Amino acid sequence: MIHRKLSIVAALGLIAVAVPGASPAHAEPGAEAEPPVVELVLDVSGSMKAADIDGETRMAVAKRAFNDVVDALPETTQLGIRVLGATYGGENKKQGCKDTQQIVEVGPVNRVAAKNAIATLKPTGFTPIGLALREAAKDLDGAGAARRIVLITDGEDTCTPPDPCDVARDLAAQGTDLVVDTLGLAPDEKTRKQLVCISQATGGTYASAQSEEELTDRIKQLVDRAALPPPVTPAVVAGAKNCEGAPLLAAGVYSDRELIGEHRFYRVAVSEGDELRASVSIALDRPLNRDYGVLIKAATVDGRELVRGLDAGSGRADVISAGLRWSGDEEPALSAISEICLIVSNSLASATAAGAPGMPVELTIGLAPASETPDAPGLGRGFLLLLVLVIAGLIAGVLAGWLTRWWVAKWKEN
Amino acid sequence: MKLVLAAALLLADPTPLTGTAGTSYLTAVAITPEQPVAVKAVLGDYLYWQFPASAGQRPELAVDVALPDSGRTGPQSWTVEVFDGLRRRQACVGGEQSPVAAASDTSVKLGCRLRQVRSWAEPWDGDPLPGTYYVRLSSTELPEKDLGLPVEVSLALTAPTGDTGADQGELATPLVPVNQPGKVLTTPAPTGSAAPEEDSLSLDWLPDFSSRWIWTAGGGVLAAIAGLIGFSWTRRRRV
Repeated sequence: MIHRKLSIVAALGLIAVAVPGASPAHAEPGAEAEPPVVELVLDVSGSMKAADIDGETRMAVAKRAFNDVVDALPETTQLGIRVLGATYGGENKKQGCKDTQQIVEVGPVNRVAAKNAIATLKPTGFTPIGLALREAAKDLDGAGAARRIVLITDGEDTCTPPDPCDVARDLAAQGTDLVVDTLGLAPDEKTRKQLVCISQATGGTYASAQSEEELTDRIKQLVDRAALPPPVTPAVVAGAKNCEGAPLLAAGVYSDRELIGEHRFYRVAVSEGDELRASVSIALDRPLNRDYGVLIKAATVDGRELVRGLDAGSGRADVISAGLRWSGDEEPALSAISEICLIVSNSLASATAAGAPGMPVELTIGLAPASETPDAPGLGRGFLLLLVLVIAGLIAGVLAGWLTRWWVAKWKEN
Repeated sequence: MKLVLAAALLLADPTPLTGTAGTSYLTAVAITPEQPVAVKAVLGDYLYWQFPASAGQRPELAVDVALPDSGRTGPQSWTVEVFDGLRRRQACVGGEQSPVAAASDTSVKLGCRLRQVRSWAEPWDGDPLPGTYYVRLSSTELPEKDLGLPVEVSLALTAPTGDTGADQGELATPLVPVNQPGKVLTTPAPTGSAAPEEDSLSLDWLPDFSSRWIWTAGGGVLAAIAGLIGFSWTRRRRV
């Protein structure tokens, strides 16, 4: 019965290739980014036969939507397609849950081949979402540092365990970025919850589609977004438990993982006359208690706090971030300090998933020339200033007049 | 420079920048004042934009979200948040920042007016400074069932220039994001070469042109006139 369950999963993998790792000191913000790479991975399970979208089967609607998307893809986009649940129509769950194939390899988009591949698909088997995500991530390996997958399904995974949500979080934690955007095709409650969980775990987005128009619109939105890859690929770093063992960081963007309630230490060398600018963002990639906060502190190596940045919030949020500036010029005794300790901590709490992998942390270090404290203003303004000047002028004029009269009178006497 | 920019704006296509929105700080889409944004999205999306602001400006955002007609089951709280280049939260001093849309509302309007961007602030201070600003539009509370329904977002940014003479001091470099991958060092980086010696004829000590120049110079003229008047009072009137 399981394979009869209505479920169609189409996974669309968009790999956004970020700026190549040029020499950090000379990396230009405006450097030409590599074109995005798109992989469609379609899981074509039995549920696609349901004829409940505008009176047509989900499969027919999805095929047309994908054809539209293939037409709309920018010329530079690289495309790949993976299917799952497409070939095994039997009852054996073990076999059905291994049913996933890549039918178009990741490469420059070939519209005819992609459409032909989509046209032959028939709704058939199980819905191994977790396995599909794993395989899609492998397909995208080496294609770029920022990888994006769009998962489209009308039913939840029929092959748990493993829970596809845990799979997604694990994949995202494996060094490079993997973002999974999910799209529910006329989803039921269980499917919606699973897809929301998968997208949240990877920093992706969830959308539902009740009609062909909504489906096409949404896929185009996702393709548009993937066409703008991030301008920088963060370097992976592991913060230490104390300042002595902390990694020494140059200016740039870093990614790390931090457990709930954990403190992570980093060191930065700040030369005299420089200002340290640090910001940290923690992605809330799992269900958390309603209120949360993040704190970044700058301290001397021996533990004296210099400055802190913090933020707190409540309700739904994707990331929470804080930042700080510090320069030693403000206090001459501190200007000789060259190494600053940065401590990133959080006040998050989760009733369910508090364990590893930690929450994604994005740390940005900037070093800029320090700004001088301005002198007292040399120029004034305001009506009070005018009044004071006028009165001063008046008094000066009267005094000058008296002096002149006195001097003239005296000169006449002599 | 400003003239060239103005000319470019006049020549530019007046149709809205039917652009897209980023989904994180890194992918935030750049927008400019007076160029409206129209984006299709879904309930539950976090939409990011970024814009530059310079000292003296008072950036203001107006957001209009068209909500789906059907399928909604309860009220939604929306919020528009602004962060500076260091991702520090910036206060909104005007506009409806966090409205709640009832289940029957067809649209929700949000707004945020920032404090005037200062030219300088103490390093530990959170005042708005010249540089990049991030905008994040999201719904903070909504029924779980309503996630994923389509919405249409339009956003307009204005950045009128306010009082430029209010501040002293200058930020050495604007707060812009560092767009370079990080690098873990094994030894401290060599200290940057010392700043070149100041030219003795430099005019750096002169404050930039601002309304203070006009006030002060005007005050001098008035004082001179007042001096003449005072001087004339001491003259014997000739009948």
